Amino acid sequence: MNALAQLVARRAEAEERGVSRRDFLKFCGMVAVAMGLEASMGAQIARALEGKKKPSVIYMHGAECTGCTEALLRLVDPYFDVLIMEVVSLDYCETVMAAAGHAAHAALQKAMKNPGGYFCVIEGAIPTRDGGVYGQVGGQTMLSLFTEVAGKAKGVIAMGSCASYGGIQAAAPNPSKAIGVGAALKPLGIAPINLPGCPPNPVNFVGTVVHLLTKGLPELDTSGRPKLFYGKTVHDMCERRPHFDKGEFALTFSSQQARDGWCLHKLGCRGPWTYNNCPTALFNQTTWPVRSGAPCIGCSEPGFWDQLAPFNRDVREKGDDA
Amino acid sequence: MADKAYTGRIVVDPVTRIEGHLKIDVSVKNGVVDNAWSSTQLFRGLEIIVKGRPPEDVHNYVQRACGVCTTTHSLTSIRAVENAMGFKAPPAAELVRHLILATLIVHDHLVHFYHLHSLDFCDVANALKADPVAAAKLASQVSGREVAPGDLFVVHGRLKKFVEAGQLGWLDNAYFLGGHPAYRLSPEENLVLAANYIEALRVQMKIAKAMAIFAGKNPHSQTMRVGGVTCYEALRPERLAEFRALYEECRAFINHNYLGDLTILGRRYPEVAAYGRTTNYMDFSDFHDPETGKDPFFRGGVLWGHAIGKAEDLDPAQIQEHLSRGWYKPGPPAHPYDGVTDPDYTGYDPDGHYSWSKAPRYKGEAVETGALARRLIAYSRGEKETITRMDAWLAACKLKQENLFSTMGRTAARMVESVILMNRVQGWLNDLEDRAKAGPVELYREWKMPDEAKGVGFCAVTRGALSHWIRIEKGKTANYQMVVPSTWNLGPRCDKGKPSAVEQSLMGNPVLDPDRPVELLRTVHSFDPCIACSVHVVHAGGKRSFRIL
Repeated sequence: MNALAQLVARRAEAEERGVSRRDFLKFCGMVAVAMGLEASMGAQIARALEGKKKPSVIYMHGAECTGCTEALLRLVDPYFDVLIMEVVSLDYCETVMAAAGHAAHAALQKAMKNPGGYFCVIEGAIPTRDGGVYGQVGGQTMLSLFTEVAGKAKGVIAMGSCASYGGIQAAAPNPSKAIGVGAALKPLGIAPINLPGCPPNPVNFVGTVVHLLTKGLPELDTSGRPKLFYGKTVHDMCERRPHFDKGEFALTFSSQQARDGWCLHKLGCRGPWTYNNCPTALFNQTTWPVRSGAPCIGCSEPGFWDQLAPFNRDVREKGDDA
Repeated sequence: MADKAYTGRIVVDPVTRIEGHLKIDVSVKNGVVDNAWSSTQLFRGLEIIVKGRPPEDVHNYVQRACGVCTTTHSLTSIRAVENAMGFKAPPAAELVRHLILATLIVHDHLVHFYHLHSLDFCDVANALKADPVAAAKLASQVSGREVAPGDLFVVHGRLKKFVEAGQLGWLDNAYFLGGHPAYRLSPEENLVLAANYIEALRVQMKIAKAMAIFAGKNPHSQTMRVGGVTCYEALRPERLAEFRALYEECRAFINHNYLGDLTILGRRYPEVAAYGRTTNYMDFSDFHDPETGKDPFFRGGVLWGHAIGKAEDLDPAQIQEHLSRGWYKPGPPAHPYDGVTDPDYTGYDPDGHYSWSKAPRYKGEAVETGALARRLIAYSRGEKETITRMDAWLAACKLKQENLFSTMGRTAARMVESVILMNRVQGWLNDLEDRAKAGPVELYREWKMPDEAKGVGFCAVTRGALSHWIRIEKGKTANYQMVVPSTWNLGPRCDKGKPSAVEQSLMGNPVLDPDRPVELLRTVHSFDPCIACSVHVVHAGGKRSFRIL
């Protein structure tokens, strides 16, 4: 390497250390806030995460659409590359892993024997009709494979509404008899942390992972969701709530009231029935459905595809009374 | 070990870096694939689930067919219902839909190339041997924009630290580890690709963010509805400026880095531009003029054989789905309006039923659909920008026109399409901005659902020709069929035993190292499988050795 190259290298390395450190601290501070802690807790979280072997994560895909994985790719704090290079060791994830076939299976086996254990994340529901033949991975039914992997994990996260409660494929008449991870693992006595949403906000995933690593299991609600992220309704945190309180409703999507950002309650918004942090966490760091004029469809609630549908109806037509 | 004379069967299960679960099982004779089957392994039954639901609600459900092409199913469903109602959305709403679809396609192409496909060509471990200064020089030369050596030092240092820490995570057990004869980039080329792999993770986040400004969120947009779109908020000047800034940044990456990386690959892997061939090509039209509904920017059609210059128009009445090799109750080939989805799992039998996928055919023939099909059709129709950019890439890589019909051609077509589409986005954005400046913009029109109707939505999505077909009875969804690109590309044989596009393309693939058959991955990945299900590609072949990898 020539002298110039060495000079550039030294400077770049110094920059790199600085930048990584800053990014890392920023990330920890962000996580602290997402977890409802003071931002100053960030330094404490950073100390807890640093210097350790990266925790192993095994990420399985069941009956799903990969939207949850896609949501994870949209992470900013930290960026996805920081997550998988500097925060966790993503030892199995079919969507991004380099290995395929036997080599992928070997990576799974190796990760499952990791002396430090591993966390299991499952995206997607589990088909159970006819013994599970409606969904197979490597000749093994998802039901059998996931039971094996989750059964030995230190902790199980059900990523998204399908893994949490069955999701879209479990909507009536549930042709493949798909069920959520919690229902499937019940015989093993395992209760996953549910992170529902279609997709869930990736911030809730990172916050949960960091909570697990630094403080243990977060407090869950009766639907298995961390109260940190799912403790309040969308309605209670909605930026259009003042319009609701004043009785200012948009009655059609073409109306002046819709243009003016009035409450979408009478256009079918399911925000009052939906526990999630969309209004504060935002999607893609820029907006969320109601801000963009679209009523909430209740995508983090168990059974929402049937129980909160039809979506394009005023709630009163369902016989509900808000 | 390289084993050019390998004869036998190879199973790769699961194929990773795709949407869904995939299994490949091929027969290899003297180091060359001579037969293959493709079989999807997951049935979710969305078409059954939407029966009886309000037609205007269906787009929410079918959007969840896929979280990668996400919004395309929603848009196609909305188009089908609007078609059934004889409804036309306001022009500004169509412009917003164009911007959502265009950013989605480009986002998808980028993630596909870098995060699902590039590890088939790039040996990340070998990048540690690179001289970052030389790599920066190379990157500047192929990308046409100055790359600072410091940037590549940072990546180099980070990769080194990552590898030396001993936890390889998502790179563990990669086919390239320890060297592989089919990986042939220099250390500097590998470093450039690896750096762009990381950079593209951040760029894709920005394209998705740009899309979310109009879509409400990404993945799974929520602002598109039957009747128009709801995102009045996105028409504010500061929001349009936010979109424009994100768009410009992403466009620069595509025009320089993405293009440069495909040049590196095209030069280094001429053999990948010689295999992976299919026979026929088809795609739909899209991005019609928002005012007239005519003059599509993507003009669909059919190209038979490799007869460049002879694209013909598409007749949707000629689409049929065959059932005889899928796990469905038997029935004759049916047009999607009359299609039946009645599952009947009978176990895997390559001579009989072997897939959850139906087999769509056009005039009874298997066709490939997607970016390569679209660019070949555009090329055949004399569309200048496609011809110029395709020819420029071929010339830069010293390849010939016939090399377009290949695995590498498929991968390069996505890059060319991204460049062309991003150029066009500017015009749509300007148009929308002008309308917003001129006064209140109509984004939504009221509609009335008919009691009885039928409709179809066509969409030229990332992976090809997508169509949704709806029959409405008593104001509800009576029948719904989705014919998706990956069914065209990765479905099973048809009633007459003719193989699908991917089954054709695997035949003739070399396999240098049967323990690490990266060539098979290259070809299967080049279709960007997105099937929310798994695919078997299984060989029929006789009494050869059987090797499960």
